[in-house]
Amino acid sequence: MTKDDIEKLVRGELARIAPDIDPDAIDRDGDLREECDIDSLDFLNLVTALGKALSMPMPEADYPAMRSLNGLVAYLSRGSAASAG
Amino acid sequence: MSDTTLRKEPAAARAANMPDYREAVAEFSWQAERDALAGLSDGGLNIAHEALDARIAAGLGDVPALRWFGRDGTEIIFTYAALSREANRFANVLASLGVRPGDTVYSLLGRVPGLYFAALGTLKSGAVFCPMFSAFGPEPVQARMEIGSARVLVTSAALYRRKVRGIRGRLPDLAHVLLVDGEEEGCTALAPLMAAAGDTFRTAPTRPEDPALLHFTSGTTGRPKGALHVHEAVVAHRATARLALDLRPGDLYWCTADPGWVTGTSYGIIAPLVIGVTMIVDEAEFDPDRWYDMLAREEVTVWYTAPTAIRMLMRAGAELIGKRRFPKLRFMASVGEPLNPEAVLWGQEVFGMPFHDNWWQTETGGIMIANYASMDVKPGSMGKPLPGIEAGIVAVTEAGVKELTKPQAIGELALRPGWPSMMRAYLHEAARYQKCFRDGWYLSGDLAMRDSDGYYWFVGRGDDVIKSAGHLIGPFEVESALIEHDAVAEVGVIGIPDETAGEIVKAYVALNKGYEPNEELERELLGHARKRLGPAVAPKAIVFRQNLPKTRSGKIMRRLLKARELGLPEGDISTLESDEK
Repeated sequence: MTKDDIEKLVRGELARIAPDIDPDAIDRDGDLREECDIDSLDFLNLVTALGKALSMPMPEADYPAMRSLNGLVAYLSRGSAASAG
Repeated sequence: MSDTTLRKEPAAARAANMPDYREAVAEFSWQAERDALAGLSDGGLNIAHEALDARIAAGLGDVPALRWFGRDGTEIIFTYAALSREANRFANVLASLGVRPGDTVYSLLGRVPGLYFAALGTLKSGAVFCPMFSAFGPEPVQARMEIGSARVLVTSAALYRRKVRGIRGRLPDLAHVLLVDGEEEGCTALAPLMAAAGDTFRTAPTRPEDPALLHFTSGTTGRPKGALHVHEAVVAHRATARLALDLRPGDLYWCTADPGWVTGTSYGIIAPLVIGVTMIVDEAEFDPDRWYDMLAREEVTVWYTAPTAIRMLMRAGAELIGKRRFPKLRFMASVGEPLNPEAVLWGQEVFGMPFHDNWWQTETGGIMIANYASMDVKPGSMGKPLPGIEAGIVAVTEAGVKELTKPQAIGELALRPGWPSMMRAYLHEAARYQKCFRDGWYLSGDLAMRDSDGYYWFVGRGDDVIKSAGHLIGPFEVESALIEHDAVAEVGVIGIPDETAGEIVKAYVALNKGYEPNEELERELLGHARKRLGPAVAPKAIVFRQNLPKTRSGKIMRRLLKARELGLPEGDISTLESDEK
């Protein structure tokens, strides 16, 4: 998957949880929960859904790396490249 | 019910604030607890005076009261003396704005230091403090500020823009919006006012029965209810924290609840300061790794948290703890919804001690039923009534309230009124308030039972109120927001079980003519609800139906929706007039 595919996937899952949020209007380096007004449970659901879509394990120890939109996309890109390679 | 009873070592029991439950119950008196407080010189009582001035007078001025951790890890320490100066400044700011005793000061803030200054300064000034949860959307915020006739709001520029600016015109009583950061039109920056204000303040001569705190809660129908508490509540805050949380001077205490909910005020601001502990406040949201770090690095001794957080830690796996150890941790407690036995036992496995579940409500102002440091724990039970609290299981019929004394009998959990932190009113809702009291009992609305050893067990809610992540959500508030959407003809909202949050909010929607149920509309409705209600209240799931089950009078039968969702017996459906399709 390319980074663009991953970006699209993240936006799709985010729209499922917080459809009122425009991903272009948020600070991509800010805490996603703050930026998208989602709670810890929503965040957990988001990460779980993305892990499922990409068949990635998404261990909680890595959550700090996924806290921002940029961080999340980068993490998923690394992971999907690793599993593809 | 679980068969495992976790026994307490006699030595550990002896070391607790309350070494013997039965003895404490026999000896307890609220008057003695009242006498243990400093009080004001004229016989008055003020929560902030007990929390700050009385502690400084007792020699704690240089002891850290609040150790605040910013999201980026920065720590700021406020000693009792420093916290008192900031509270005094805030009280002086209120005075300069013409705020009078009895006026209501609201906050809509994350866990920033300014929230603590505002809470304590407001109490000192004699005004009433009402903290709101920052994850509320504009509609819950508006309803709460209207009901309490908010005179002052303390918030941040970002929260103001997102949640208040659009409803400001509908709040005629709101004279001042004070911003802890940034600038917005029609608002006043708080920092310059604080800098210019004096750091001494003569505490308002409040009486024990003067209003102090306003906390909102939700019912099945109607608007949120504003439960009003008085300064005398501090007697119970202190006593219950000593008995049920085993808090004592010298403790490093972490209450993870947000002050936007009653736990985060009673036990996240007031009780710890009145007892003279050092409290930790973390601005950041839940994060397993960060939480373990905080517990280990700061050597927390008493930890008060919530079932949803505990279950999220369990999901994250104990491996995450790694090399971190918690040798100073002495007591762990949980509140919000019943803590499942697995979570109690997980505490024992991972931390070497169980989580001690306790039960109380916004209305009770303080812990009423609890598991104690010195008492054996039956995992899944909420424990036994606090000394000074008389609880009962009752049956409420038209003829009156009858106590059910047989062990295991299921009925409504009720309390004998009269404890100091009992609510004194639902603001402007005398009828709803009166309905809570009958035949000498306060009726909690929770169903429970008591076993033959006197332990209480939660059974369920007696009404349709939803309990998600420890917070009560009124289905009516959610339904009212959804029905405003043009597509929605009727809507019923229920709580469905969720293994992490206890329950999550689910909405059943029937559409108006001309609208098609599809994913796009589902998202539009979800977005509509989130924008109005905020993430803490908005539904997490929306499904479409052609018709919802209704009574003859057109009332949607939430109970039936829920029974069907859970595959339970439908019960009495004689009032069902129009069925679900």
